Amino acid sequence: MSVTATKTDFDLLPYAGEQHEELPFIRKYIFSTDHKVIGTQFLFMSLFFLLLGGMLAMMIRWQLGFPAQPIPGGELLPDTMTPGGIVLPEFYNSLVTMHGTLMIFFAIMPLLVGVFGNLLIPLQVGAADMAFPKLNMASFWMAFPAGLLMLASFTVEGGAAAAGWTAYAPLSSSGEWTGVYLGQQLWLASLFILGFSSIAGAVNYITTIINMRAPGLTWFRIPLATWSLFITSWLILLAMPILAGALIMLLSDQTIGTTFFVPETGGEPLLWQHLFWYFGHPEVYILIVPAMGITSEVIANGARKPVFGYKSMVLAIISIAFLSWIVWGHHMFMSGMNPMLGNAFMITTMLIAVPSAIKVFNWLGTIWKGNIHFHTPFLHGAAFVSLFIVGGLSGIFMAATPVDIQIHDTYFIVAHLHYVLFGGSLFGIFAGITFWYPKFFGGIMNESLGKLHFGLTFVLYNLVFFPMHSLGVQGMMRRLYDPYQYDYLADMLPLNRFISISAFLLIVVQLIFIVNFFMSMRRSNKCGPNPWRANSLEWTLPSPPPHGNFQEMPVVYRGPYEYSVPGAEEDFLPQNEPPKDVERVPGPFEQPAD
Amino acid sequence: MTSHAATVGVPARQHEPELEGVYTVKLGMWVFLLSEVMFFTALIGTYVILRFANPDHFAEPGEVLSIELTAINTFVLICSSVTMVKAFAALQQGDQKGLKLWLLATIALGSGFVGVQAYEYYHLWHDGFVPVAEIYTAEGGPLYGSTFYLMTGFHGAHVTIGVFALAFVLFKAMRGSYTPQKLGGVEVVGLYWHFVDLVWIVLFTIVYLI
Repeated sequence: MSVTATKTDFDLLPYAGEQHEELPFIRKYIFSTDHKVIGTQFLFMSLFFLLLGGMLAMMIRWQLGFPAQPIPGGELLPDTMTPGGIVLPEFYNSLVTMHGTLMIFFAIMPLLVGVFGNLLIPLQVGAADMAFPKLNMASFWMAFPAGLLMLASFTVEGGAAAAGWTAYAPLSSSGEWTGVYLGQQLWLASLFILGFSSIAGAVNYITTIINMRAPGLTWFRIPLATWSLFITSWLILLAMPILAGALIMLLSDQTIGTTFFVPETGGEPLLWQHLFWYFGHPEVYILIVPAMGITSEVIANGARKPVFGYKSMVLAIISIAFLSWIVWGHHMFMSGMNPMLGNAFMITTMLIAVPSAIKVFNWLGTIWKGNIHFHTPFLHGAAFVSLFIVGGLSGIFMAATPVDIQIHDTYFIVAHLHYVLFGGSLFGIFAGITFWYPKFFGGIMNESLGKLHFGLTFVLYNLVFFPMHSLGVQGMMRRLYDPYQYDYLADMLPLNRFISISAFLLIVVQLIFIVNFFMSMRRSNKCGPNPWRANSLEWTLPSPPPHGNFQEMPVVYRGPYEYSVPGAEEDFLPQNEPPKDVERVPGPFEQPAD
Repeated sequence: MTSHAATVGVPARQHEPELEGVYTVKLGMWVFLLSEVMFFTALIGTYVILRFANPDHFAEPGEVLSIELTAINTFVLICSSVTMVKAFAALQQGDQKGLKLWLLATIALGSGFVGVQAYEYYHLWHDGFVPVAEIYTAEGGPLYGSTFYLMTGFHGAHVTIGVFALAFVLFKAMRGSYTPQKLGGVEVVGLYWHFVDLVWIVLFTIVYLI
């Protein structure tokens, strides 16, 4: 069916100035189709889950630091969780499962993709809104009930899911093993709905970026944040359906009695691991690639220099995304999988170090000899780079099969994944929130409080997670309720207690961020369109941008990182500023005009 | 790309970048269908892996599943793709009556496919070919039933959704919403319909024939 492209009624989008009438409250703030409002909704939802996930982590840390002692305030929780304030072993299993699940699916992923995808993509490509605004609204209104369903699982009989966030079969396929029946099913249903939400979002992002760019915004003039969200959307689009299929099979094993993963009746438990990690490894990059894009933006802005090797940054993201499809087996070295396969996966996994290193060196090259402004977003971005190096290096340890035999499923992996997910993604998120806060709420966050929050978080973060490498190498397994019952782990209590106390302090200093976040919303805190003196299109709009974004279609003349161009009046050169016909020496960092 | 100078100062709503290349809704459908490809890949991949790992759980072609009935049903579904193409072609030529008739034919054939599948399910269920391990009594083992109903069930659900979407398009066509200049709705639902058809050809081959 080929047809010359024609315009349909679907293509008519509301533009600024078209909707003069005030929308009623419910259409404006609750069932809104405005990408900025949806992004803000995702922001509040996922920050809530981030805090909740953090609280669960505190209970885990309490149990590891102060085993069999009552949690202060723990008596408030029901007796099925913490009778007398002491964490039950069954509840501990739910804690580790739900901490991982909430953080990955309801905090980090929506923070990066739901929040920044929604806010930034239309603004940075110069569009009025997403390609499908109603689908976008549906995306949030699927994610939110999914979150509620996940929360509800804490209240049902048997408690929340307890088979780990990876839900390995056969542990997860029958309630007989974990004592959790309905909780595990709610877990599966919730993630299934969330998958729909993510796919709807990804379709929207991809379509918007391909089809709705402003004139002049060629592929290699797109800001790296949008580039990284574009690649991430492809990963979501292609990985989430695999998870959906696996979830359905596991759910039907649990409910109607099919036999996909049940070994007694011919099923293959290992198949779950293959399906899960075939989704799960692209998921790992879904959780870090947008943070890489954000980091590139804030680092270039802070250093007042163009991103070093812009094109190689883009190509590195693409190669990371491509490689993420052929490395899933490195999660399964110890699963009984054929060792020959292990070798293949070891090689492909180590290949990922190449594009990752390209990105790290490019970030360093961007900072090198820059006129650095140490603003809060830049500091968080720099923390991302340094912690990503640590997390990346510890990843290579585990990619090597002989080393992995020793450290598999120990606290070494816990340290590694938190170095990339907290040290990487979450610092990237902090950078993004502080950087684009004006586009959400119209003001700029307090810099002193921001730097205080950054400094304390950075130090305490390392005090919490760096010693975990040592615990892991000494053989402390993850997800143990009471490690000290084993003789060889008994003397690790002091180090665990140190980690726990650091973790408590770490969550307390997040109060600074919360206070700063809400205080900066006040009306007296308004800032202009471009407080960071940045170049991409969102900074040409008022803070926050009006409904429909652009009054006039922006026209783009250059790449997004034209900082400190020799001969320019300012140290930044917005993407949409028409070139002047004055004599000007083309700067060394300038992209050739076409 | 449009000349930059020409678009400077043009109010945003008058600029229509969608007009270049594939229009937005069609692009969105293509992107969504890629996601669907991965979904069916997971289901079909599961079937292939489980069948290789446990051959004794599966039966020879024709032993449990009726090839004749499903071959006819496959033909019905392929015909529905042809009628869909005819509907779209009629719209392109401005033949409103043809559009409605061919859409109706597509809906009828699609519903027929689902009906025959329901009939097939009913009989298979009676013969003990069920997805549930405890009550499985047919040839092979319960994995056969589990994977069969998983794949064909989700495909059937997609066909059913497609029938409803076509009914919606027919409803809009009756109200005269489509013209040769404005045919996105028909084309996009058509894309989905052809995709569902294509998946069935793969399923029929590997589930019934191999």
